[in-house]
Amino acid sequence: MENQKKANISLREYGMFLALIAIFIMFYFLTGGKNASPFNINNLVMQNSYVVILATGMLLCVLTGNIDLGVGSVVALTGAIAAILVVQKGMAYPIAFLAALLVGLGVGMFVGFFVAFLDIPPFVVTLATMLMGRGLTYTLLQAQTVGPLPSNYTQYAAGFLPTMKVQAGGGDLDMISMIVAVICIALLIITEIRSIATKKKYNFAINPMWQTVVQLVVISGIIAFFFYKLARLNGIPIVLIIMGVIVSIYHFITSKTVAGRQIYALGGNAKAARLSGINTKKVFFWVYTNMGVLAAVAGIVLSARNASATPKAGDGFELDAIGSCYIGGAAAAGGVGTIVGAVVGAFIMGILNNGMSLMSLSTDIQKVVKGLVLLGAVTVDVLSKRKKG
Amino acid sequence: MSDIILEMNHITKEFSGVKALDDVNIKVKRGEIHALCGENGAGKSTLMNVLSGVWPHGSYSGEIVYNGEVGKFHKIKDSEDKGIVIIHQELALSPFLSIAENVFMGNEQTSVKGVINWVETRSKAKEVLANVGLEDEDVNTPVSSLGVGKQQLIEIAKAMAKKVELLILDEPTAALNDEESAKLLEIMLELKKRGITCIIISHKLNEIAYVSDSITIIRDGKTIETLEKGRDEFSEDRVIKGMVGRELTSRYPARKPEEYPVGEEVLEVTGWNVFHPDDADRQMLKDINFHVKAGEVVGLAGLMGAGRTELAMSLFGREYGQKISGQIKVHGKEVRIRNVKDAINNGIAYTSEDRKTYGLVLIDDIKHNMTMAALRNSFSKRGVVDKNEEIVKAEEYKKLINVKASSINQAVGSLSGGNQQKVVLAKWMLTQPDILILDEPTRGIDVGAKYEIYCAINDLAKAGKAVIVISSEMPEIIGTCDRAYVINEGQIAGELNKEELSQERIMGCIMSHNRKGE
Repeated sequence: MENQKKANISLREYGMFLALIAIFIMFYFLTGGKNASPFNINNLVMQNSYVVILATGMLLCVLTGNIDLGVGSVVALTGAIAAILVVQKGMAYPIAFLAALLVGLGVGMFVGFFVAFLDIPPFVVTLATMLMGRGLTYTLLQAQTVGPLPSNYTQYAAGFLPTMKVQAGGGDLDMISMIVAVICIALLIITEIRSIATKKKYNFAINPMWQTVVQLVVISGIIAFFFYKLARLNGIPIVLIIMGVIVSIYHFITSKTVAGRQIYALGGNAKAARLSGINTKKVFFWVYTNMGVLAAVAGIVLSARNASATPKAGDGFELDAIGSCYIGGAAAAGGVGTIVGAVVGAFIMGILNNGMSLMSLSTDIQKVVKGLVLLGAVTVDVLSKRKKG
Repeated sequence: MSDIILEMNHITKEFSGVKALDDVNIKVKRGEIHALCGENGAGKSTLMNVLSGVWPHGSYSGEIVYNGEVGKFHKIKDSEDKGIVIIHQELALSPFLSIAENVFMGNEQTSVKGVINWVETRSKAKEVLANVGLEDEDVNTPVSSLGVGKQQLIEIAKAMAKKVELLILDEPTAALNDEESAKLLEIMLELKKRGITCIIISHKLNEIAYVSDSITIIRDGKTIETLEKGRDEFSEDRVIKGMVGRELTSRYPARKPEEYPVGEEVLEVTGWNVFHPDDADRQMLKDINFHVKAGEVVGLAGLMGAGRTELAMSLFGREYGQKISGQIKVHGKEVRIRNVKDAINNGIAYTSEDRKTYGLVLIDDIKHNMTMAALRNSFSKRGVVDKNEEIVKAEEYKKLINVKASSINQAVGSLSGGNQQKVVLAKWMLTQPDILILDEPTRGIDVGAKYEIYCAINDLAKAGKAVIVISSEMPEIIGTCDRAYVINEGQIAGELNKEELSQERIMGCIMSHNRKGE
């Protein structure tokens, strides 16, 4: 087409993504390749799953220009309730999961009610739920660890999909993982081709072919590498599926639905959103209700991974989730940020933690480094935007 | 000491090439009350900002002679040190601090360096308050518990605590009721007896005629004349003539209503009453009745604070006020509008007078802003946004009303005021309304963009929409509207058709309505 308009992929958009790869490669050298071992890649997924789930919900709160401080406590509370029901009351695990999710929903609606309909600042409401949730957890657990949890419960964080192992290159290789990887890459390519077709139909600007190809090759490469490593160990962790489904759903909601757009509009300018016919109270209510449910999901996953519920569970998770959103390019004032960014942010934090642990740095030093990275990432983001505009 | 306390000679102040003040001269006599009159945007406030040092010495040309010496004020503090205090329309009080604390804000009574002497603060506050007739107030009361009228007096007390010689009051009675206004005027006369010189800016010409000794009229940034009590005729009509006597050039595209016949009645509002959102006893709009037909452009004229925006916002999904009563008919059928969504679904659109606060998400791009109000109804299926359609429409409207931007992906915050206004207009055109209420559609935008907005208004009317234009600029109402309602103090003071529309008639309506109210 002669009059086809041209556009360019902006590197800025992929800045965080490139940072993630750079950090991973840096630790590859610092740890002598230990961080890329199949065992460690598997660990990265399992260790960070709950932060990723929380960051997904937290992003919506951050988009409104607020945060939820209570999620760490809700994680502990819901995990405790599920564990108590299974271990002490002898209930079936699906009922325990349902109970935990309902408690999460209840806490979320409680926060949503105060925030949306009584106009209490979210910072205050969630500070209160943070205290109350932690206190209730200690009371329910009587300050004791409850466990061990049965294996049908723990498989949701520690289990794997069935595998189909073959001998290849001096070890086992799970063919299911490899097939999933191929399917993912195929889907990616099909989506891109369809998107280009639509753009041509509407005569929208498209990126030059070489840029699209480079982009596809890089992303496919990462997917292939990632699944190959998993295939070398136990195959696909179940928690990866949970995480993948949640991230996809919320990515769709924020980028493609009216509801998602309303959250961005509210965060960008609440008064203008109201005068455009958006029920801002309703949006606030559902954003916080949703956060409660996702915190419950994270609570179940965490208790399953630990095979027990502890009163200190989820301590400080809220700050990891908030930090992930900010590292991922979300604006503290609201209205800016993406789910993909928040997930990348969560993995940047995760890779840092993991890499430093492999280097046997103390957790005290790790906190210092994480703090510096958070500050640095946001400073770079803010300054680069200022220059632009 | 000379008889003249203040002379401002040949003051010219430009804002990026546009002359806001053009060779303005004003002489104020010691101990008089001097009024400054002019339309909105004539340059009154700019002149006072030059005097008080908001615009520092050097950013304007001309000279200020104060008490016989040339004043070079670089900041507000400089002019305050000389005894010049300006009280703005928006009160500068801290609502949760006490009266005494507010009276001495920035001027604290201290004993040892930096430590507040509370005994002195309270006793001196009492003294100062006696000057403004508030000797009975408890100085420990937080300011927020007082009415606007008393708050205004606290501002004056604050000025007096600073040993004021020249007090400037910008629209002091705009937010006050008649009783409070009358009291304020008496206090002004009281201050005059004490030898304090006052400059008052006001639209309420009856008050000015009552209280002032001389009146300087400013129009389009130029001094027109100074009237003196006893020497010149001092009537309202005389002042109005000075204020509005301007030639109307072709700043407005021709309306040709005869080519596009006016259709059926689209909007009819009857018996509309609204009370203040924070004060259930204060009625802001009283028994408003009006109607608009298809293809008609109807103006809502009146002074700032008359209640026009309140009327629009209360109609638009009850976004303003409480205890709202009255009937809205759209296309002859009564409709119930409880929120903005109802209003949009009934084909009503409203563009706010403050586009940055109420109209746009400045950090977002043009296309998202344009589709914000119409997203659910026109750009989505089962809750999923059709992004392609969104881009197509945004491109179409960008061309249609000529938004000057590099692309529809440009952030709205980086556009000029005129282009931002066009985006707001597009946003509401996309909701396919039958009724558009445009509140100050050309505020703060340049002449070229204004013309384009007027053309867009004409096109909307041509397309059979009912358009309501709210404007404080009377020439704008006259230039764009087929008919206008004059609103004053929350009531309709009169209705003027095309032939009757003139600045004198509009001001006349306001004046006679004010007299009736007295």
